[in-house]
Amino acid sequence: MRIRNREKPFGIEKPVTARGQIVIIEDRCKGCGFCIEYCPNDVLRLSDKYNSKGYHPPYVAHEEECVDCGFCQMNCPDFAIFSVEVESGEREPAPAESVKR
Amino acid sequence: METINTIQEQKHPMDDLLRMDRIPHIWCPGCGIGNAVSAFAEALRKLEYDLDKVVVVSGIGCTGRVAGYIKTDSFHTTHGRAIAFATGIKLGNPDLKVIVISGDGDLVSIGGNHFVHAARRNIDLTVICVNNFIYAMTGGQVAPTTPIPAYTTTSPFGNFEAPANVPQLAEAAGAVYVARWTALHMRRLADSIVEAFNRPGFSVVEVISPCAMYYSRINKLGDGLDMMQFYYNNSIIRHGESTDNLNIDYQKEIIVGKFVDRERPAFSESLNEWLRKDQVE
Amino acid sequence: MSGYEACAEGALAAGCGFLGYTPIQPSFGIVRRFITRCAETGATFVQMEDEISSLAAVLGAVWTGRKALTVTSGQGFAQMMEHIGLGVMLETPCVIVNVMHDGASEGIPSMPGGGDVMQARWGSHGDYEIIALAPNSPQEMFDLTVEAFSLSERYRTPVVILFDPVLGRMKDSVNIPEAAKIRVEKRKYYKGPKDGYLPYKYDEKDLIPSMVDISQGYRFHVTGLTHDEKGYPVMNDECQEWNVHRLVNKIRLFADKIVRMEEKYLEEADVAVVSYGVVSRDALTAVEAARKEGIKAGYFRLQTVWPFPEKRIAEIAAGIKRFVVPEINFGQISLEVERCSRGRAGVDAVYHAAREVGKPGSILKAIQKTNK
Repeated sequence: MRIRNREKPFGIEKPVTARGQIVIIEDRCKGCGFCIEYCPNDVLRLSDKYNSKGYHPPYVAHEEECVDCGFCQMNCPDFAIFSVEVESGEREPAPAESVKR
Repeated sequence: METINTIQEQKHPMDDLLRMDRIPHIWCPGCGIGNAVSAFAEALRKLEYDLDKVVVVSGIGCTGRVAGYIKTDSFHTTHGRAIAFATGIKLGNPDLKVIVISGDGDLVSIGGNHFVHAARRNIDLTVICVNNFIYAMTGGQVAPTTPIPAYTTTSPFGNFEAPANVPQLAEAAGAVYVARWTALHMRRLADSIVEAFNRPGFSVVEVISPCAMYYSRINKLGDGLDMMQFYYNNSIIRHGESTDNLNIDYQKEIIVGKFVDRERPAFSESLNEWLRKDQVE
Repeated sequence: MSGYEACAEGALAAGCGFLGYTPIQPSFGIVRRFITRCAETGATFVQMEDEISSLAAVLGAVWTGRKALTVTSGQGFAQMMEHIGLGVMLETPCVIVNVMHDGASEGIPSMPGGGDVMQARWGSHGDYEIIALAPNSPQEMFDLTVEAFSLSERYRTPVVILFDPVLGRMKDSVNIPEAAKIRVEKRKYYKGPKDGYLPYKYDEKDLIPSMVDISQGYRFHVTGLTHDEKGYPVMNDECQEWNVHRLVNKIRLFADKIVRMEEKYLEEADVAVVSYGVVSRDALTAVEAARKEGIKAGYFRLQTVWPFPEKRIAEIAAGIKRFVVPEINFGQISLEVERCSRGRAGVDAVYHAAREVGKPGSILKAIQKTNK
C-alpha cells in the first residue's frame, strides 16, 4: 500500500488539498481496470454490476480521498471517467490510522 | 446528492475534442491506443491552439482509426501513406499544424520510406507512433518492432527478425525531436506531445502501448493491466539517452524519455527562402 | 513550345498550385517547366521519395484548397494505383499526367507507348469510374490539361492525361489565351452552417457532394473506408451500395457531357479508324491517303479515352463495315470498340509499333483490306 506523505508546508498551518468528485460514464467503460490500478489514492474499486456492454465498470469507493488529480481521466482509454473539483478549501490532514490503511 | 446530479450532467472534458457520436471506439479492452488519444487530447487542451488549424492524419490499422475519433479536420488514408498525405497538406497550407497518428507497422514498415524521407526533409509534422509490437488489426502478425523472440501468429516459433528501433531510425533520418513514453506515462506523454507540437520540423513521439488481444495473449503476458504493470515496473526514464541503446528486448527494461531535441531548418522555410532568392536574382 | 511545356503551362493556367512528383523519364519536361514558374505563380512543389507518396501528397494538398498535379510515367503510374483508389474514394479532384512509354516494367523509357490505357481505367482495385484524356498535339496538351482540371473539379475525381514522349517532345506553336478567357470549373464548396456539414451528402441532380477546405472550421472526417454521409466508416452492404453506386454513377450517368471526340469523313464511310494520342496523327494521314485511293475511310479520334464514347461508336458501327483500331499495344481500346459495336462491324486491331510512329503505312494497309 502506498502511503501518502503529507508534510506540513513551510509557513502554512494547514495544507490545502483540492477535493474532487469522480464521474463515471458507465456505458463507455470496457473494464480494463487502468483507473482502479493507477489511482494514486485508491479511490476506485471494480463493481460487481455489468454495464450495457457486459463489462464491470468501476465505482467510487472512497470519494473523500479524491484530490481531483485527473489521472483516472487521462489514463482511461475509453473516455469514460473524469473528475471535477467540487470544493477546495482547508482540510484536516488525514488521521494517521486512515493513511496507513 | 444534488451536487452529483449536476456533475453527472457535465460533459467529459474531452468531449469537445473527440467525435463523441463515434464513441465507444473500436479498440479492445486493455488496449493502450485510447490512452495515446487521451494524451493527445490532453495535449491539445493544454496547447489552447486554434483547433481549426490542426489536422490529424492516420494510416491503416488499429491506430489508423485514431483520426476518426478526433474532432479536428481528420483524414484516414491508405496503409503507410499517412506521412506522405500529411506532407501534401502541410505544403499546401503551411499555416496548418499537421499531426500524424499511426501505428508501428504503418509508419515503420509499409510507410518506412515516407517516414525516413519526411524526417530527412524535415517537413513540419508531429508524428505520434503507437508501438504495440504487432500488426493487431490484421490478426497479430509479426511487425517490424516485434522483439526477439516474441510469438505472433506468423512467428509461431518465436520472432527471429531484428526489430526496428524507432527513435534511432528517426534520429538517423533527421528528426528534430524524438521522445518515447509508454501508455502509462500519461502526463509526460502529453507534455512531450505539446513540446513536439511546438517544435518546428519533424518530431516523433513513440508510445509503447499494450496489445491485450494479440501480443500479450499469444505471449501469455496477461491482459492490458498486466502489461501496464510491466511498464510500471520496467520503464526507466533516461532523458538524452543515446538512441543506440533504445532497442526494446523481449520483456526487458524499456528506456523512455526525450532523446533528441535539436534545430534544423524546416522544409517549407527552406523552400520559401530559395523561392525568394530565385525571385531576387 | 514542346508538349511537355504546354502541359505545364496548361496546369498553371488552370490554377494548379501544387506539383508532387518523383523524377521518372520521360515525364520530367513538365516538371522542369512547372518548377521554374513556381516563384511567379505562387505554386509550390515537392519531389517525393516515390510515386506512391507523390500522389498521396497531391491528394493532401488538394484538401487545403489547391489544385494539384502529379506527373509520372511507366512504373510510377503503376505505383500510383493505390492512391487513385483513395482519390476516388475521398472524391478528391486531382490531375495525373502519365507519359506512356513502351514496354512493361522498365521497357524502353524513351519510346512512345500505349499500353497504359486499360491500366488508367482499371488499375486500382475495387469498382470505380475514372476520366482519362488523350491529347494529340502540343496545343491540345495545353487545352486538355485545362480541361482535365475542369473535369476533376466538376466531378470530384482524379483525371488522367495519357500521352507519350513523342508528343511531349513535339514542338509546335501553342496559343495560350488570356487568363481571363480560360474557364475552369469551380470547386463545389459547401456554404451552410458549420456544424451542418456532411462531407458526402450529395446533390440528387449531379450526385456530387460539396467540398470544404481544411482549416475552415468544419472539423470533418473523411476515410478511404466505405463511409456514410458523415464520412465515418460504416461496414455494411447497404452503405457499400450507397457509396459505390454513386461513385460509379456520378461519372457513368454524365458520360455524354464528359466525352469529347473528333470526327472526320465519317459520313458514308465503309471503314472507320478509331485512334487516340500520337497514333491518331498517323491515322489521319492514312485515312486521307486511303480516301485519295477511293476507299471510303473515316477518322474517329478519342479525346476522352475514359469514359468511352459507347453510344457514338455503336452509331458508327451500324453504318460501316469495319473498324480499324491502331494502337501502340496489342489491342486495348480495340476491345472496347469491339464491345460497343456488338458485332455489327468487324474490328481490326492494328499494332502500331513505337518505331512506326510517324509512318502511317501499317494503318493504311489495314484500311486497304476493306476493299479486298
